Amino acid sequence: MSGVNVRVPTILRTYTSGESEVTASGATLREVLTDLETNYPGISARILDDSGKIRRFVNVYVGDEDVRFASGVETATPAGSRVSVVPAVAGG
Amino acid sequence: MAITATESHTTVTRPFGPASALSCRECGERYEIGPRFACEQCFGPLEVAYDFSGVSIDAIKSGPPSIWRYASLLPVPADVASRPNMAPGFTPLVRADRLAAELGLRSLHVKDDSANPTHSFKDRVVAMAVEAARAFGFHTLSCSSTGNLAGAVGAAAARAGLRSCVFIPAGLEEGKVVMAAVYGGRVVAIDGSYDDVNRFCSELIGDPAGEDWGFVNVNLRPFYAEGSKTLAYEIVEQLGWRLPEQIIIPIASGSQLTKIDKGFRELIELGLVEDTPYTVFGAQATGCSPVAKAWEAGHDVVQPVKPDTIAKSLAIGNPADGPYVLDVARRSGGCVSHVSDEEIVDSISLLARTEGIFAETAGGVTTGVLRRLLAEGKLDPNKETVVLNTGDGLKTLNAATAGVSATIAPSLEAFRDAGLAH
Ligand SMILES: Cc1ncc(COP(=O)(O)O)c(C=O)c1O
Ligand SMILES: [Zn+2]
Repeated sequence: MSGVNVRVPTILRTYTSGESEVTASGATLREVLTDLETNYPGISARILDDSGKIRRFVNVYVGDEDVRFASGVETATPAGSRVSVVPAVAGG
Repeated sequence: MAITATESHTTVTRPFGPASALSCRECGERYEIGPRFACEQCFGPLEVAYDFSGVSIDAIKSGPPSIWRYASLLPVPADVASRPNMAPGFTPLVRADRLAAELGLRSLHVKDDSANPTHSFKDRVVAMAVEAARAFGFHTLSCSSTGNLAGAVGAAAARAGLRSCVFIPAGLEEGKVVMAAVYGGRVVAIDGSYDDVNRFCSELIGDPAGEDWGFVNVNLRPFYAEGSKTLAYEIVEQLGWRLPEQIIIPIASGSQLTKIDKGFRELIELGLVEDTPYTVFGAQATGCSPVAKAWEAGHDVVQPVKPDTIAKSLAIGNPADGPYVLDVARRSGGCVSHVSDEEIVDSISLLARTEGIFAETAGGVTTGVLRRLLAEGKLDPNKETVVLNTGDGLKTLNAATAGVSATIAPSLEAFRDAGLAH
């Protein structure tokens, strides 16, 4: 399976030794997060809650699309796609 | 790295005044004051926590006629008013007797924030962010904006002597674009919605390209958001140190509504105002009403939407403070409602015709929701009500349906023939 680029927000870079972008593999967002977890233990519990859902104040995008407009953690992550994890911010 | 606080100057006053820490609104985890905005444990939003002292009505009354009279309740240095700034706030609380009579309300006030320096409530929040940017040593002020914030950032940066670069969705109202650009900063239109702009800015913050940039609504957001509390303080002071019984507030991200509620609660806790019940109503445009939809469905999560409304200043499809808006409405016995684009246009005319206040689309939304809530029996016509007008109609001229009554020759005959004498 070929790689997916994951953009890591500042507050999660303690898990990636400061890297802002890492690669992972998986056909769905859930698989990508599972793969991330094997390389960067602890990271997926920051993004997902205890029931395996994306936390309330995290936005996850595959390409430009918020995964809540697609299939959430089951959203497809085709080879070469970019996953971005971004804290929610209010005000604008 | 922009994540650690840097003491760039040695100041005699505390740069953040009574602010003591940042705390996570979700899990309570506390953090040292710095340009951080999300909890490292749970991603929850960080809020300014305080150690208040020296707050008194007398001290407030003797302060300047701007938001700085409330400096002892804000994350700013005590000498804030003497630094170059826009000095926003202390906008009129207009007694709206004619509108009240037309709608059948006993007592109504319009808090008219179009009277701010760049004609929207955003000058209040930006004033906080500028002080934080100074304290952290950022050289460029930035934001993601639906328009009003961009103008407020451009102006405040100009006066403070900071560079600015703001990001807006392409296709905003011309009045907002010109107001953002005229102060000499950069204005970058992004081909996408506000939510796309917001994601882009959040990514830029984590990139070396955005290092040393203060994004007022991202890495400076905890400070920025506190500016909206001043609306609560002013309304209370202008009512004679009383809480309003009902208040209607427009919602984009929901930050303003949540912080107005925080402002009221602080005044109660500090004993500056009697603890009387107040009800908070949220207002959205039907074409972007994710919080109202969650309210109607009884959910406590907000499902994002793709906005389609003329109320572009409120067109945030993924409102980060949405869940907290639902909490405030529920706790206070209010609700979150919405009105169509036609009702927005109609309500802009109604407010202008009855009170001489020309609102932008956001004011059309709140006035429209006021009317709808009354018709549905959800708002008590006998209670003292405050409705917010957060922006100026000159910025959204396309939404107003008004024009010349007649075009005539410059002669008395033509005037009489056109039936204009009455
Ligand atoms: C005129 C006007 N009113 C209200 C709002 C709502 O602000 P908030 O995002 O704090 O809910 C905005 C936001 O851009 C605005 O421009
Ligand atoms: Zn937390």
